[in-house]
Amino acid sequence: MKLTKTLLATTALTVATGTAFADGHMASDMTLVSWGGAYQSSQQNAYVAPYLENNAGVTAVWDESSAEAVAKLRAMNEAGNVTWDVVDVVAADAIRLCDEGLALEIDADEQLAAAPDGTSASDDFGDLLVSDCFIPQIVYSTTFGYRTDLVGDTAPTSVCAVFDTEAYPGKRSLEKRPINNMEWALLCDGVAKDDVYDVLGTPEGQDQALAKLDTIKDDVIWWSAGADTPQLLADGEVIMGSTYNGRLFAAIEEQKQPIGMLWDAQVFDLDGWIIPAGLSPEREARALDFIKFATDTQRLADQAKYISYGPARASSAPLVGQHATLGIDMAPHMPTDPDNSQNTFLYNYEFWADYRDDIDAKFQAWLAQ
Amino acid sequence: MAEAMLAADGTSLKRSLARALRRQKLRALMLIAPLLIFVLITFIVPIGSMLFRSVENEMVGNTLPYTVEALADWDADESPLPPEDAFQAMFFDMFLAAEAKRHTRLGTRLNYETTGLSSLFRQSGRQLDDVADISYEPLEDLDEAWDEGETWYALMNTREVADDALMAQQRARVAALTDNETNGEVNFAPDAEVAVLLPLAAREYTAWAVYVATQDGRDPATRDPWEAVAPALLLDLQTADLSGYSGPEADKLRTAQAANLPVANFVDAFVDMDEDWGTQTPWETIQTHSSTYTGGYFLNAVDAQKTADGVAWQPENKQILITLFVRTIWMSLLIMGSCILLGYPIAWLLANLPMRKANLLLILVLLPFWTSLLVRTSAWKVMLQQQGVINDVLVWIGLVADDGRLIMINNQFGTIVSMTHILLPFMILPMYSVMQTIQPSYLRAAKSLGATNWTAFWRVYFPQSVPGIGAGSILVFILAIGYYITPEIVGGTKGVFISNRIAYHISSSLNWGLAAALGTILLAAVLVLYWAYDKIVGIDNVKLG
Repeated sequence: MKLTKTLLATTALTVATGTAFADGHMASDMTLVSWGGAYQSSQQNAYVAPYLENNAGVTAVWDESSAEAVAKLRAMNEAGNVTWDVVDVVAADAIRLCDEGLALEIDADEQLAAAPDGTSASDDFGDLLVSDCFIPQIVYSTTFGYRTDLVGDTAPTSVCAVFDTEAYPGKRSLEKRPINNMEWALLCDGVAKDDVYDVLGTPEGQDQALAKLDTIKDDVIWWSAGADTPQLLADGEVIMGSTYNGRLFAAIEEQKQPIGMLWDAQVFDLDGWIIPAGLSPEREARALDFIKFATDTQRLADQAKYISYGPARASSAPLVGQHATLGIDMAPHMPTDPDNSQNTFLYNYEFWADYRDDIDAKFQAWLAQ
Repeated sequence: MAEAMLAADGTSLKRSLARALRRQKLRALMLIAPLLIFVLITFIVPIGSMLFRSVENEMVGNTLPYTVEALADWDADESPLPPEDAFQAMFFDMFLAAEAKRHTRLGTRLNYETTGLSSLFRQSGRQLDDVADISYEPLEDLDEAWDEGETWYALMNTREVADDALMAQQRARVAALTDNETNGEVNFAPDAEVAVLLPLAAREYTAWAVYVATQDGRDPATRDPWEAVAPALLLDLQTADLSGYSGPEADKLRTAQAANLPVANFVDAFVDMDEDWGTQTPWETIQTHSSTYTGGYFLNAVDAQKTADGVAWQPENKQILITLFVRTIWMSLLIMGSCILLGYPIAWLLANLPMRKANLLLILVLLPFWTSLLVRTSAWKVMLQQQGVINDVLVWIGLVADDGRLIMINNQFGTIVSMTHILLPFMILPMYSVMQTIQPSYLRAAKSLGATNWTAFWRVYFPQSVPGIGAGSILVFILAIGYYITPEIVGGTKGVFISNRIAYHISSSLNWGLAAALGTILLAAVLVLYWAYDKIVGIDNVKLG
């Protein structure tokens, strides 16, 4: 114990003096955790490759485990051997990791880069700093795509088309979880947007949402992977379905499928980084150094060249340019574009942190009926 | 009378034999020891510790030790709210927990039982400082010295006799809360006289000193204590008799006592933080779930719950797990049955065809076995979906109308078809190796004695192939019962298994206790079925080759 204390003290000392000779005291390899696929390659292109170029001798490896990040981090923490340095998670998971003490708390103004015009990081990210541990990267939305050739003459303009099986007969795909579906159901059952979570917090409101979903239960294919809806749309299995807007962008613009985008009542959600708690000071210093670079204004704007997710910084929005290979303007495809975000929802983290287990049990019981 | 037989060295033969046998057994044990230890460490221990989580419930008592104590005698039926002591204990427990960032973890744990406690704990944790400041600020205004860590240290630290019991108790408290060791050097021990005079302040100061010294590696002598020591001190001063006290800071204590400084009313303070603290719900939840070991997770696993009034069923619209258990078992049996029906003729062909043809057929059986599980499952999606291969063919030959395409996936049918396909090799291979050993001459002998083909098969061949069916069935059933990925992809809503819920609780809701309870029940179900199989068919009758 005494030895570890001395060790701790000396490392603390080196960290304190380390700021002056930062490089010498940072670990030279990092394990980054992300989702794989197009999203991970956008991160690789937009900030990991430039970072490694600027820092000769540093290496980075990817681990595609973001989907199970919370459970794995908890297990690593219990085993006392955290092997990840920077982890990409959705905001709800970041909040959970922070609650469990598994993620490092970040002081945005101290540890993140300010905007080029001098705006502090906390003002630049604004409300998107939903947890003390969370460093936002992108805003994505869960929204609907529809088959332009199967919906008839009038393309849907409202999310309630999902519940209108007379005007739009055919199957729809929805995610196999209550989040988002319950909100849409209430919205289309006449609940005002501002009241949705108040209503959903009551047992009667939950019954109301499930009753509304019950009207289309036989017409729904439930998905659990983000790739399902684009595939179901492409095969003509469903005429409309919810998924992440970046997946729909890829199906429409890259694969030229006859799919249209419905920008109504889209649910905004955030994805970003966390740094696991309990890293050695060298690794933590490296992770913080990387994060500071990877979430600055230019880097976040660069990411939008590769994928149609909106940068989380206000100052990045004007810098969004054209797609790296398709050469089309990316701004109109961003969920944050003013034309697309006339009617939006922001995922209510606090609400779902409380009600997730309760409503999920009811939702699954309803599904099994 | 025959004399006992003696070995060459004169000892009784019986004993000598036993000794030789024992030595042999020991040598055999030593040969397998490395493997045994390996299995024990890498397999039994992790699984055991995971399953142990289904009853473990130390977190509540570790995080809120004094609250649990104060709530022990509270009867919700007699008084609507717990005594003020409980609120006060909660304040000091939660203050320490919030500094250690453990209160949110407890909130998550209790939220499994009562919805809303997660944010209640998270938000209350942020406001505790304000409650402490009600006492801290006036105390500091009265005498600036109270803002100095040195004043507190001089007051609390040992002069003649140290209160070792208090010190050990607070070390244990911090250790339980943080899951870390607290045996390190602290450079502080509470003074026995002060501990009697100012019990609450001494307790909270000691907890703080242990925490900063062992968790942050700092010296309490030079640090300022947390604000929570101020309300603790003022509470003590309300009743303390300082007349006999002449130790350090005696004057400051007397001035503070005379000033009669305010202490928050903890009941009001908690209700101000969140009105839910003014209801029975959070307190009852803490009280009900405060024992070190709990059967609550097992109750949850069978759609029941532990409430303040004893065990009750979950509300009907939340009951799902028993349905899933039953579904998992009967669908696994169905899959096992279809594997037997499809696998038996193939195994028979394999065993009876000439070598070259049989080898080719065997490769056809094994080829899908070597393909990734995900690929095979996704292939079934392509085959079975409404715009898929089978439906297209049926529409093309006119058997099915274009608007009446069959629904064959995202339901139980899809799960049964694809899992039967995936598990078929596990049925065919043991059957094949058993059938290979059946002598064809028996069948010929039966026929030459006048049996028809059917009688010869049913009375002679089939009974000899039963051990293969038994082995294949056990393999397929046990694999099927724990299947996860295939039901998730093709099962839709009615074709998912209990393992999909276990996965949800492991990776999404983080309710590992419930996941462990579900896993334990599944394991027990398999063992019971295995036992039943042994009773009915006999496990000696199982052959893998």
